Amino acid sequence: MRKPKKQLYYHVMMLPGMIFLAIFSFVPMFGIIMAFQNYIPAKGILNSKWVNFDNFKFIFTIPDSKQIFFNTITIALGKMILGVIVPVCFALLLNEIRRKAFKKTIQTIVYLPHFLSWVVLASVVQYIFSYEGPINSILSALQISPIMFMGSNTWFRPIMILTETWKEFGYGSIIYLAALTGIDPGLYEAAAIDGANRFKRLLHITLPGILPIILIMTTMSLPNILSAGFDQIFNLYNPLVYESGDIIDTYVYRVGMLQRQYSLATAVGLIKSVAGAILIATANKLVTTFSDRRMF
Amino acid sequence: MQIQKRKKLYISDVMIYLTAVLLMLLCLLPLLNVVATSFSSSAAATAGKVGILPVGFTLNAYRKILDDQQFWRSFMISVIRVVLGTILNLVLVITMAYPLSKSRREFHSQGIYIKFVLFAMLFNGGMVPLFMVVNKLGLLNSIWALILPGAVGVGNVILLMNFFRSVPKSLEEAAEIDGANPLQILINIFLPASKPCLATICLFSIVGHWNDYFSGILYISKTSNYPLQTYIQLISAAFDLSKVTDIEKLKQYLSISTRTLNSAKIVISVIPLLIIYPALQKYFTTGLVVGAVKE
Repeated sequence: MRKPKKQLYYHVMMLPGMIFLAIFSFVPMFGIIMAFQNYIPAKGILNSKWVNFDNFKFIFTIPDSKQIFFNTITIALGKMILGVIVPVCFALLLNEIRRKAFKKTIQTIVYLPHFLSWVVLASVVQYIFSYEGPINSILSALQISPIMFMGSNTWFRPIMILTETWKEFGYGSIIYLAALTGIDPGLYEAAAIDGANRFKRLLHITLPGILPIILIMTTMSLPNILSAGFDQIFNLYNPLVYESGDIIDTYVYRVGMLQRQYSLATAVGLIKSVAGAILIATANKLVTTFSDRRMF
Repeated sequence: MQIQKRKKLYISDVMIYLTAVLLMLLCLLPLLNVVATSFSSSAAATAGKVGILPVGFTLNAYRKILDDQQFWRSFMISVIRVVLGTILNLVLVITMAYPLSKSRREFHSQGIYIKFVLFAMLFNGGMVPLFMVVNKLGLLNSIWALILPGAVGVGNVILLMNFFRSVPKSLEEAAEIDGANPLQILINIFLPASKPCLATICLFSIVGHWNDYFSGILYISKTSNYPLQTYIQLISAAFDLSKVTDIEKLKQYLSISTRTLNSAKIVISVIPLLIIYPALQKYFTTGLVVGAVKE
């Protein structure tokens, strides 16, 4: 008698969450129909005209779209590469620090930017790279004329990549630090007896020890290649740098919400969503195949 | 031998410590600059003279904020949102993660549910369709538009589900023999055992709600109903950049002298985070690591 009752408990527990998912995740999926229509708000989804794949064809004909995909992928790729390298190096560095209190202080401070929003940090970044800001002061001290960093299509993408890395490297190092504590101390002792110096131990024990987790984290970051970081770019860009800074998400917002071209924005969103889902599934497959871990 | 070895270590140690301090400063100085600016005279701030110490110390900016009713209204909206939103997030994450953490033998429908949950994680309708749903439900301009659409954090559900699975089975079996029902088992055994993970999710949820500005932009059109971050986004982007066409004008805008006031607002908006952050920090490393990647 107890068994069915237990099942009922579980179903009732799932209910509230499933209702929320149904309303805010599954119902919006039907809105994807708009991508195949010439959607007119006054007519609604049921009465708008079907245009099949015209919206998608249109996306691939506008010159902007190539630029937007290019921007998204370059910015995302840059962030991915630095987003692995810098946290790993930082974790290795912290691992060499023996004084507990010192280590703790550093960790607390470098994790902090992760918890601040881009709304807050945008004003910091804008000031640092502004015309009168510290970077330009240094440049003028070196007899280099000041640069409009935030309005320059050459500088915008590198700045996005660098500042994102700055915000996240501390936090990103947490997982590597955890992996480092899992390495058998006996290995270090053995290596020390064999005469390996600090650098050699790092190279032959520490690095191979965390290599699996580095590979997993890299694989798991692959799906982000079509999300270059909406919050950051939305808060930092301006019309002068649309050319180099517009990414898929900011484009969807401007076209969809500001210009009210719902069908076009939904179509762009759909391309991103489908590609993202494929990437996540692939990444999961890779992680499960090449390690004893899985993403979900 | 012993002495020489120690000396060698000492040199590399100095370099390691110096690099670490440098990186720490890199994270700290920009933030200190905001604090210093908020306490500086606006002339010094506009001229870009403020480093990490205030120039021409004054509390003017903070005095002005005291009279800014919109700021405090937005602040309160954010506080209410964090409280309501975090409670809802936690309740939903816990009630979903617990049945999902059961094996298919224990909970027959686990497989179907997890497929739905994963599908919701992998795939979404996008910004525009979600906006239309929120609009149709009549939630626009209410605080519920900020809380309800993100009520189920699928990532957090997976995190907690994995954590629940690491709780020893024997504890649950013992409670079952004593006649406890699943809800009692969840409350009395699983929740206490998952404290670090719950604290992590709690922190994520608080930070997420406090920092979110975009749902405010999307779903709230009355400035008086803005949450704090949306309000700050509005004032720091107060000049409509889309109307700026030439570089000279943009330069003017970017140097407008509301910097001290905006900095002060930013400082106040960050204080609540700085208060809860140390309290929860000790949990989130363990919570994150154990739940994040499943062995």
